[in-house]
Amino acid sequence: MKEQLCLNQIHPGQKAVIKELRTGESIHRRLLDIGLVKGTRVECVGKSPGGDPRAFLIRGAVIAIRSEDCHNILVHMLEGI
Amino acid sequence: MERDKVIAIGGNPNVGKSTVFNNLTKLHQHTGNWPGKTVTNASGYCRTNDYSYKMVDIPGTYSLMAHSAEEEIARDFICFGDADAIVLVCDGTCLERNLNLVLQAMEITDRIVVCVNLLDEAKRKGIYVSLDALSQRLGIPVIGMVARDKLGTDKLLETLDHMMELHGTKGMVVGEEAGDSQKPSILSGRGYVIEYCQPLERAVKTVEPAIQKIMEDAGAVLPHSGVHMNSRWLSLRLLDCDSTLKAGIRKYFQKDICEEGHVRAALFKAREVLKDNGLDKNNLEEEIVSSVINEAEKLCDGVVIHTKKEAHDKERRIDRILTSKGAGYPIMAGLLMTVLWITITGANYPSQILSQGLFWLQDRMTDLFRFLGAPSWLHGMLVLGVYRVLAWVVSVMLPPMAIFFPLFTLLEDAGYLPRIAYNLDKPFKKCCACGKQALTMCMECVYLQNECCIFGMLVR
Repeated sequence: MKEQLCLNQIHPGQKAVIKELRTGESIHRRLLDIGLVKGTRVECVGKSPGGDPRAFLIRGAVIAIRSEDCHNILVHMLEGI
Repeated sequence: MERDKVIAIGGNPNVGKSTVFNNLTKLHQHTGNWPGKTVTNASGYCRTNDYSYKMVDIPGTYSLMAHSAEEEIARDFICFGDADAIVLVCDGTCLERNLNLVLQAMEITDRIVVCVNLLDEAKRKGIYVSLDALSQRLGIPVIGMVARDKLGTDKLLETLDHMMELHGTKGMVVGEEAGDSQKPSILSGRGYVIEYCQPLERAVKTVEPAIQKIMEDAGAVLPHSGVHMNSRWLSLRLLDCDSTLKAGIRKYFQKDICEEGHVRAALFKAREVLKDNGLDKNNLEEEIVSSVINEAEKLCDGVVIHTKKEAHDKERRIDRILTSKGAGYPIMAGLLMTVLWITITGANYPSQILSQGLFWLQDRMTDLFRFLGAPSWLHGMLVLGVYRVLAWVVSVMLPPMAIFFPLFTLLEDAGYLPRIAYNLDKPFKKCCACGKQALTMCMECVYLQNECCIFGMLVR
């Protein structure tokens, strides 16, 4: 089952596939630079002590993304993988 | 006597570019990546038996799309800098992301050598990179390196010598065979061709002939290396409206090529094709970047093999503790306080010894001045003024600096500094800053401590 969510709703241990980036201009380019495009698989590997930012495994690197940016990244959850 | 060959050294930030540069040129550039590091083009020289090279260290960037000053500098140097070859240093632990830059550069020129660095780190994480397979697929030389231990430098120089020989003088490829094979080869001089989506490919086919005609008419080659600009790459950049390139193109062609009748017509037609297929200025770049990234992913499939899953899991377990709600902040505060405490108390004894020694020397200098019969105003100015202040500053500031920076470097090498930035990002965001500034603040704490000590001594 493919549910549409934003990256904020992916919890540590869960995996997702990027559907769309609706982020602001400057962060948008940074995300493209690190390889976060439509179809990229990501895995949430943790949250910071304050809950924000969250850490995601993206193409072999662990990247921290702030909540307000995660809110604008739409994903499909990957189940059972 | 043949002139120096110019070699640019580029790559993503933090891949060991400057270490490679230092190994080649024996210069000592300080490296690091937290706020405060200057971004400039450093250059140095090195020789082999056959050639003499000028190495230029260009700023680290993730791509050449030129949305930041560093990207623009890097892109402009690769494109217009007239280098004889480009060395792109990649991080062996996340090769896929690094190939994004390599592929973008390969669209501009084929005179590239890929250096896969941090192979020791990759081995530790159980990541194996097949350098030969990668070299086959890309069509350019790929070298493995552990720059930290100075391994691979000789092989790199050997490869550069070979490339210089192959390209002969003035950009002519020695022994090149004419042909329209799309397969990249070390001799083809064509660069890597990334397949984009159909509408974009059609648009490029519309614009490229016009650009090629201008290039033929202008006969524009880069003066030092004799290389032509790549027409396919230029067509793509004109289509995605990269305004930062305008100045460089104007200089290269000695005119604004977009104003030429046939180029303007071709661009208009091409943009119509793109518009009909839903590709406009906003999403075209994302489409292009997606294609490059997917190409990088395809390249790495079968070339990069992950073996040790346990190493990965262990790191995650440690991170879960270091960034947890309960233990994250206490561990961080404890570590930083320990470093600060060691700096302050550890510096006391050396400071005392230094100040005793330097002030003993001051007394000897006073005796010397008295013996020579020097006027008291001279003694006051040189000994009591210049020398005494210098003695105070050295005895107060030197020991803490000598203790703090090695300790901070230990934290950096252990990989803990990014965790500090990660933990502190939320509170720093509230002050409109970001977690990385926490690291600069740590250093500020030590400077502040020094200032207080000096002030204390002056007041006494």
